[in-house]
Amino acid sequence: MTLATRSISLAKEEAPALLSGAEIVIKALEYEGVDTVFGYPGGAVLPLYDALYFSSIRHILVRHEQGAAHAADAYARATGRVGVCFATSGPGATNLVTGLANAYMDSIPVVAFTGQVPLDLLGRDSFQEADITGITLPITKHNFLVKRVEELASVIRKAFYLARTGRPGPVLIDLPKDLTLRLAEFKPPQEVSIPGYRAEPRLDTSAVAAAAEAVARAKRPLIFAGGGVIAADAAPELMALVERTGMPVVTSLMGKGAFPEDHPLALGMLGMHGTTYANFAVSHCDLLLGLGVRFDDRATGNIETFAPHAKIIHIDIDPAEIGKNVPADIGVVGNVKMVLRALLEALGETPDVHAWQNQVAQWRRLYPLTYDQGKEELKPQFVVRQVYELTRGEAIITTDVGQNQMWAAQYYLCRRPRSFISSGGLGTMGFGLPAAVGAQVGRPGETVIDIAGDGSLQMTVQELATVAQYQLPIKICLLNNGYLGMVRQWQELFHGERYSQVDLSQGGPDFVKLARAYGIGARRVTRPQEVKPALEEALAAPGAYLLEFAVSRKENVFPMVPPGGSLDQMLGGKKPHETHPKRSG
Amino acid sequence: MKHTLSVLVENQPGVLARIAGLFSRRGYNIDSLAVGRTENPAFARMTIVVDGDDRVIEQVSKQLHKLVDVIHVRDITNEPFVDRELILIKVNAEPAQRGEIMQIVDIFRAHIVDIGRNSLIIECTGDEGKINAIQDSLEPFGIREVVRTGRIAMMRGVRDIDEEEDHA
Ligand SMILES: Cc1ncc(C[n+]2csc(CCOP(=O)(O)OP(=O)(O)O)c2C)c(N)n1
Ligand SMILES: [Mg+2]
Repeated sequence: MTLATRSISLAKEEAPALLSGAEIVIKALEYEGVDTVFGYPGGAVLPLYDALYFSSIRHILVRHEQGAAHAADAYARATGRVGVCFATSGPGATNLVTGLANAYMDSIPVVAFTGQVPLDLLGRDSFQEADITGITLPITKHNFLVKRVEELASVIRKAFYLARTGRPGPVLIDLPKDLTLRLAEFKPPQEVSIPGYRAEPRLDTSAVAAAAEAVARAKRPLIFAGGGVIAADAAPELMALVERTGMPVVTSLMGKGAFPEDHPLALGMLGMHGTTYANFAVSHCDLLLGLGVRFDDRATGNIETFAPHAKIIHIDIDPAEIGKNVPADIGVVGNVKMVLRALLEALGETPDVHAWQNQVAQWRRLYPLTYDQGKEELKPQFVVRQVYELTRGEAIITTDVGQNQMWAAQYYLCRRPRSFISSGGLGTMGFGLPAAVGAQVGRPGETVIDIAGDGSLQMTVQELATVAQYQLPIKICLLNNGYLGMVRQWQELFHGERYSQVDLSQGGPDFVKLARAYGIGARRVTRPQEVKPALEEALAAPGAYLLEFAVSRKENVFPMVPPGGSLDQMLGGKKPHETHPKRSG
Repeated sequence: MKHTLSVLVENQPGVLARIAGLFSRRGYNIDSLAVGRTENPAFARMTIVVDGDDRVIEQVSKQLHKLVDVIHVRDITNEPFVDRELILIKVNAEPAQRGEIMQIVDIFRAHIVDIGRNSLIIECTGDEGKINAIQDSLEPFGIREVVRTGRIAMMRGVRDIDEEEDHA
């Protein structure tokens, strides 16, 4: 080492650079490998935005903080990395709430930074003060109100660690404004120490062995795969298990894409709007292997009659999920990928399940998903099917909530993980467009399609400006039925066709004109034969495009298990051919 | 059935709110909750008495475990443990009745900690049965006010509450 370089490095050690809290945030983000942030500025985060000004981190300026939270959430879903969003104090922070709750319900890793009033004004109902750590307590995995600039770097490290490890989830960091101006040394923190947190539980090998034995004994085994398979990047292990055992696979909404849906053993989604054959398979299987699922009531229907003949194995990273909704005969706590690897290793000879596979295949033939696309009225299912065929299931789909979401789930077959991005647990209308923003920013080379509802789209339609500003080539397929369709469907089926406050046909907007007002190409499609050419045009367009499909107004989503009903008792499909005894125990 | 949970938490602002929020949100019934710093000032110990069947209690402890500030949860209901509660009772006491009240206080090895013109404040510690018994015994004189701490508990012998096998 020459004398000169040595003296320089010595000088560095002697006088550590002091950074402002805001600069520390940016440095810490760079250190975490964050290259994109979704956000919206304001008074309490001025120092943060000032520090950002000099950073190489890309900031996407949304048009409402809810959009920032949803975009960060979808960015995480699409890329597997932690999504990051910024908002100012008070109303900026409260505008994040829906987005955080959404990420929490679906276990998505997001880190949100909110500005806060200066420390000496805290607790005094100061201008734009909101107790955002209090407000988000039940909808974050954890949150922090930082009070000392010296602990800022380690809090950020902990936040990212908590967000992405174990069962992922959103973490919020509240930053009093004066703290972001105070100076401190930035030392990249090393190991995080959180005494009350364990990301990965020790694997219970005897439970794995018991699971392997149960799989090897089953005659009618079935896999129920959920979002945990995607979160753990366990799709290859799932495929290996299926290839080894011949077990058919049903998925939850969150599990779409965990297993290629065009595979002969893929039975699609189970539950309220699942396929008849998926629900029959659940109702008849003698072993149900739940992988990264939480047995949500939309998936199970009546819990008493759920999988009545099955031994249930439940594999999940969160110990609190095992036995929470459905009693598990065998519970294995762990990362699904690790557990599946151990299971594959422990698995001996497995029995011939051809008879069961044939049975399932027969149900598929007897009770397919059906709709009737005549010559006139445009059917939403037909539109989704065309989207699927033209993209060969290779696009990234985002959805809104309602009928549009269920048709997307039923008729768009996903071939890869992280390609179906939908609000599962919270069911947040308006998720689709900002989610498409996040997905497209995270995966710039991919085709991102937002399957939208007319009610939902109006909840976050301002993000069209974000799409335009950043020239994101998102394709919006709006299924416009002029109704809050899913609510109308329930009113039709369960409330004597009293359509209370669900008609959106008056008041517009003209979606084509609206999109064009933002400089986004748009076209209205009313006839079945126009669907394919219009989609081709939109997909070929270099930029964003909105297709408004004027679909049949009173189409319903079928089959349907009425709320609280049994999975084998569906409306709209063929009639069930037998009923099942209640689950014992 | 009532269960006694001993919960070790980080001694930080907001921890109590997180725990109270969890109980109300998930609909668990807290019978009592007592909290205080431990021998290590970085930690606090909560003794929570909660009502519920085994499945509920299992969920309660698992959900508590998920809170990042919670270090350890142990259901000590079926372990040998010592538990105590402190009660302050303000009871009507005309001079003529004081002798009788003092006898009761003696029987329960309680103390009189304040004397008013026609009332006494009595302090008593003990397990729940004893506390309920003294309260019942004083009832006939007219109880004006009761303040109870809720149960605190500790395992007997050399074992500490926190040395334990892995929590699933
Ligand atoms: C923020 C929010 N508000 C209300 C609801 C209740 N809700 C569920 S589906 C639905 C109708 C959605 O209408 P639209 O977006 O047009 O979709 P469609 O069902 O017509 O396809 C409503 C109001 C919700 N899920 N989210
Ligand atoms: Mg609609």
